Amino acid sequence: MSPLLAVRDLHVGFGRAPKANEVVRGVSFDLSAGQTLAIVGESGSGKSVTALSINRLVDFGGGRITGGSITLQRADGSALDITGATEKTLRQVRGRDIGMIFQEPMTSLNPVHTIGAQIEEALRLNRDLTGQAARSGALDMLDRVRIPDAKSRLGYYPHQLSGGMRQRVMIAMALASSPRLLIADEPTTALDVTVQAQIMALLAELREETGMAMIFITHDIGLVAGIADRIMVMQGGLAVEQDETDAVLDRPQHDYTRHLLSAVPHFTAGKAARSDGPRGTETKPVVVVDDLVVRFPVGRNPFRPAGAVHAVDGVDFDLMPGETLGIVGESGSGKSTTARAILELTERKRGRLTVSSSRSRRPIQMVFQDPFASLNPRLNVEALLAEPAIANGQRKDAALLERMTFLLDRVGLPADALTRYPHQFSGGQRQRLCIARALMLNPDVVVLDEAVSALDVSVQAKVLDLLIDLQREFGLAYLFISHDMAVVERIAHRIAVMFAGQIVEIGNAQAVLSDPQHSYTKRLIAAVPAIERRNQHFSLDATQVPSLVRPPGYEPPEAVWRQAGGDHQVRLETVT
Amino acid sequence: MHYLAQRLLTFPLILLGVSVLVFVSIRLIPGDAITAMLGTEAGMLTPDQRAALASYFGIDQPVWSQYLRWLGGLLQGDLGISTIYARPIFSIILERFPLTLELALLAMLIALSIGIPLGVLAATRNGRPSDLGVRLLAMLGQSTPSFVLGIMIIFVLSVAFGVVPPMGIFTPLWQDPLANLSQLIFPAITLGFAFAASVTRISRSAMLDVLSEDYVRTARSKGVPALSVVWHHALPNALIPVVTLSGVEFGYLLGGAVIVEQIFALPGLGRLVLDAISQRDYALVQGTVIFIAFNFLVVNLLVDLAYAALDPRIRLGGK
Amino acid sequence: MAIISALFRHPSGRIGMAIIVVYLLAALLAAIGLTPHDALKMYTIDRLKPPSPTFWMGTDLLGRDTLSRLMLGIGQSLNIAFAAVACATIAGSVIGLLAAWWGSLWDGILMRLMDVLLAFPAILLALLIIAIVGPGTFTSVTAIAIVYTPIFARVVRGPALSLKRRDFVDAARTFGSSQFYVLTRHLLLNLVAPLAVQVTLALAWALLTEAGLSFLGLGTQPPTPSLGLMLSESKNLMQQAPWLMLFPALTIMLGILGFNLTGDALRDILDPRTQGRSA
Repeated sequence: MSPLLAVRDLHVGFGRAPKANEVVRGVSFDLSAGQTLAIVGESGSGKSVTALSINRLVDFGGGRITGGSITLQRADGSALDITGATEKTLRQVRGRDIGMIFQEPMTSLNPVHTIGAQIEEALRLNRDLTGQAARSGALDMLDRVRIPDAKSRLGYYPHQLSGGMRQRVMIAMALASSPRLLIADEPTTALDVTVQAQIMALLAELREETGMAMIFITHDIGLVAGIADRIMVMQGGLAVEQDETDAVLDRPQHDYTRHLLSAVPHFTAGKAARSDGPRGTETKPVVVVDDLVVRFPVGRNPFRPAGAVHAVDGVDFDLMPGETLGIVGESGSGKSTTARAILELTERKRGRLTVSSSRSRRPIQMVFQDPFASLNPRLNVEALLAEPAIANGQRKDAALLERMTFLLDRVGLPADALTRYPHQFSGGQRQRLCIARALMLNPDVVVLDEAVSALDVSVQAKVLDLLIDLQREFGLAYLFISHDMAVVERIAHRIAVMFAGQIVEIGNAQAVLSDPQHSYTKRLIAAVPAIERRNQHFSLDATQVPSLVRPPGYEPPEAVWRQAGGDHQVRLETVT
Repeated sequence: MHYLAQRLLTFPLILLGVSVLVFVSIRLIPGDAITAMLGTEAGMLTPDQRAALASYFGIDQPVWSQYLRWLGGLLQGDLGISTIYARPIFSIILERFPLTLELALLAMLIALSIGIPLGVLAATRNGRPSDLGVRLLAMLGQSTPSFVLGIMIIFVLSVAFGVVPPMGIFTPLWQDPLANLSQLIFPAITLGFAFAASVTRISRSAMLDVLSEDYVRTARSKGVPALSVVWHHALPNALIPVVTLSGVEFGYLLGGAVIVEQIFALPGLGRLVLDAISQRDYALVQGTVIFIAFNFLVVNLLVDLAYAALDPRIRLGGK
Repeated sequence: MAIISALFRHPSGRIGMAIIVVYLLAALLAAIGLTPHDALKMYTIDRLKPPSPTFWMGTDLLGRDTLSRLMLGIGQSLNIAFAAVACATIAGSVIGLLAAWWGSLWDGILMRLMDVLLAFPAILLALLIIAIVGPGTFTSVTAIAIVYTPIFARVVRGPALSLKRRDFVDAARTFGSSQFYVLTRHLLLNLVAPLAVQVTLALAWALLTEAGLSFLGLGTQPPTPSLGLMLSESKNLMQQAPWLMLFPALTIMLGILGFNLTGDALRDILDPRTQGRSA
C-alpha cells in the first residue's frame, strides 16, 4: 500500500531568486496513514518551511517549491502531486485532507470573529454543514477538545480565552474538517509546561479517536518522545537522520542528533543537578529577601482601588556568595516580578532587602530575557559596555577600555566587536554581550531573568556553560529565573518553586527535583517532557491557576513551613 | 468599557479647553474690542458712549466673568450678534451649516467608496502592475491640493466641455435633489480627492499587514476561498485604522471646505469664516470656529463608537 | 550618510530627492538674484504673453515674468515650510518626549492640551491665528507650526512610551544611568527614524498649507510672489491665459509630491520590518 504522504527531494526557496535562497535543500520522507512523524530542529533548520510546503501555505509567505515532489493519497484513493496542484485543488486539500495548528495561539485566531463562527466556517466549508447543524457541530467540537462550559464559550472572542484554551480552539477548528493528516507546528512552544502537557495529552487522545496521521514539528526532542512513531532530525535544510523513535533516541547515528540528545539540557529529575558548592553555614548571605510583597492596584479610581493583583505575596529567601538560586514557575507565578522588585524596577509594597557587598556600588545586576530588546540598537558595543561605568562616574579611559576587552574575551567575543552594533550579532552573542555588560560594575549578584529562554537549544547549553564558568571565576551569585525546568536543573544549586505569587517549595536542587513535596511542584515536574519518560503518557488535568486579584485589605494567611530534610522546605497546603 | 468611558469623560474636558482657547485667542487681538468691532468709526465715539457700549457688551467686567457669561450663552446656543449681518450668529451658522455638512459627507462617501476597494485591490496584488498603478495614483492624489484640483476641474469643464459648473447658489437637498447634487458634486470631488488617496494608502498598508497575520494563515489552512479570506477574515481587521483615519480626516474636510467653498463660490460655513475674518467680525469668527470644532469632536466620538463596534477587544475589554 | 545613498537607490526616493534638489536650487538662484528676469518688474508691453523664448512660462496681467516669480515663490514657500516644521518638530518632540517620560499626571495634562489643539480642523486653527495676528509671512509660520506641534507630540509620544518600557531602558536603570542619558541616548536616538519620516511628510503638508493660505489671500501678501497667490490670481484669466494657472499649479503639486515621495521612501528604508534583525 502506498503511503498517505510521500515527499521526495523537496527543495524550497525564498525571495526573488528562490533557487539561490533555498531553505529546504532536498528532504524526503514517507508517512503512512495513522502514523505520527516528528520533525525536530532548531530555528533555521527548515522544519516549519517543510511543513508549510505540504499544504503549500508557504506560497503566501513568499516561498517557492523549487524542486522535488509531494504526493498525497486523497480520500478517494487518487494520488495528487501537491507541488504542481492548482490553488483551486489546494483549497480542497487544505482543511479536508490536511489540517494545521500553529505555534502562536494568541495570534492564530481572528480577533473579530467569535470562536463559534470560526469553527462553524470550517464545518460549512469542508463538511457542508449549515445553520443549526453547523452550530451543534461546533459545540460538539469544543466538547471533544474538553473545553468546559462549551455552550457559552461558542460566543466568546479569542481575546477572552487563555492561551491554552485558544490552542484547544485551534485544534477543534482543524479537527472540524476531519482531516486525515494534522500538521502541528510547535503547537505548545508558547504555552506553560503544565498547559503543554494537557495539549499533548489531548492530541494523543484525539489521534487515537480519529486515526489521523500527524506531523509534529518541534525544537524539543524530549517533547516528542512520548507521541511520535518516527523522528526526522533537520539541520540547515537537510534531514540529517530519520528512523523509528526508539532507534533515533537510543542509537543516534548523526553527530547533530547526538549533540541534540547529549549537549542540550534535558530534564532528568535531579540527576543532572550541580553537585559543586554545597551550602556552607559559616558564610554570610550576600542577599536576604524578607517578606517581599508587590501588588498592582486594579480598577480605575487610583484613590479607591477595587482590589489588587497580588503579584508577589510574601517571598523570603537568601542567597550565598557563589550560589545559584533557581526560581521556577509558570507565567503569572510572580517570578519575574520578584526579580524586578529586587532591582527596584518595580515598586515594592513591603519587604526588606539586605545586601552585603564589599566590592561594588551596584552589587546586583541583571540580564534580561530578550537579547534583541535589551540592547539599544543605535549604540555600538563600546557605548553599550561603557554605559554602566559612565553612569557610575568612571571616565572613558584606557583602564575602562581594558576592562571592556577583558570581559568581551571572557564571554567569548572578539575584541573587534567593540565597534559593531547589536544587529550584527546573533541572539546568543547578544546575550553574551548582555552578560559582559552586567559584569562591568563587578557585581556580587546577577539576576538572570529567563536569560537563555529566547535562545536556540544548542546555544542555550553553551551560554549555561559560560555562566557556570563565570560564576566560578568571579564568585558570582545568581538568581536564575526560568520556566524551563531542564535549564534550571543544569545551573541551580537550590531551587525555589513559585506558584500564584508565593514560594511553595524551596531547597537543594537535587532534593526538590527528585523528591518534590508540594502538590504543585509534583504536577509541574510530572508535566516536564523528558526523553527517559518516553513511554509515559500525559494525563488530562484541568486545574486552573487561581485568580491573583484580591479585595482591598486582603492579606494572605501566614505561611506554615514543613521541613523535608536538609534545607528543603515545603509550604503547607491549605484548602481554599 | 474602559476605553469608551475614558472617551466620554474627556469629551467635555476637551470642549471646555476649546472654548477657553477660542475665547482667549480673540481677547489677544491688539486694541480694545470696541475699536476692533467698529473699526475707524470707533474714533467718533464719546467717552460716555464708549463706556455705555463697554458695559452693554460686558467688557468692563473682569476677564473670567466675561468668559463665564460667554460660556453660559454658548451653552444656550447664544453665540452673540454678528456685526456684519446684525443678526444672532447661531441662526446664521444654522443657515450655512447644511451645505458644508453635506459637502463634507459627500466628499467622505466618495473617498471611502473609492479608497477602500482600491486599497484592498492593491494589497491583494502586491507588487504587480495594478498595485503600482494604484500607488502612483494615490501618491499623486495625496500631492494635489484641493485648490489646484478645483481650479483644474473648472478649467477642464469650461475649456474642454464649455460647461460652467453652477456656482454661487445652493439648493437644499430636500428642495431639489438633482439641482443640489449638480451644485455639490464637483466641489465634493475636489474636497474628497486627496482623502480618497489617503484612504487608499491606509487601506492598502493595513490590508498588507493583516494579510501577513497568523489568523489569515489559519483561515487559508482550513481551505477558505481567497475572496472570503480577503473580505471576511482580513477586511474587518484592516478597516480599524481606516475608521480612525476617517475621524481625523473629517476635520480636514470641514476645514478644507473653506477653500473649496471659496473656489466654487458656495455660501457655506467656510465662506462665512473668510468673510468674518476679512470684515473683522470677531464674534462671528469665534462662533463659527467653535461650532466647527464642536462638530469635529462629536464626529470623533462617533468614530470611537464605530471603532468599538468593529473591534471586540475594545467593545468587551481585554483580559 | 547611508540614508541619503539608500534614498537614491529607492525608486520613489530618487524621484522625490531629485525634485527637492531642483526646488532648492531654484530657491537658491532666486535668493541670489539669478532669475531670468526681475520678478517684480512689469513689462507693460508684454502683458499676458504665452510662453516664449524670452518668457519661458509667459507673463501675467501686469507683464511680470512667471518663471522668475515662480522661483521666488518656491523660495518663499520653502522658507515658511522649513521654519514652521522646524519649530513644530522641536516643540512637539519636547512635549511628546516629556509626556511619555514623566507619565501619569503630566502625560494627561500635556496630551489633553494637544487634544484641544487637535480639536480644530488644521486650516481653521490657522485661520483663527491669522484672524488674531493678521496675515503675513510670520503669521503663516506661526500658524503652521502651532497646527503641527500636537501632531509631532503624538508621533513622538507613542514610540517614546514603548521605548520607555523596553528592556534596555530598564537595564540603564539597573546601572543607575542619569535621566538625561536615558532620554537622549536611549529614547531620542531611537526616535530619529520616525521623526525623519514625519518631518519630510510635514514639509509636504506645510507647503500645501502655505499655498492654501496664500490662495485665500491670507498668507504671503503681494507684491511678494507666492505660489498660492499666483494660482488664485490666474482663476479669472484661465480662458485667456491658461499658462498662468498651469505653471503654479504644477509647481505646487510637484513640490508636495517631491516631499511625499521622499517621506514614503524614508519610511520604507527605516521600517524595522524591512531592516530585519538578521542573525
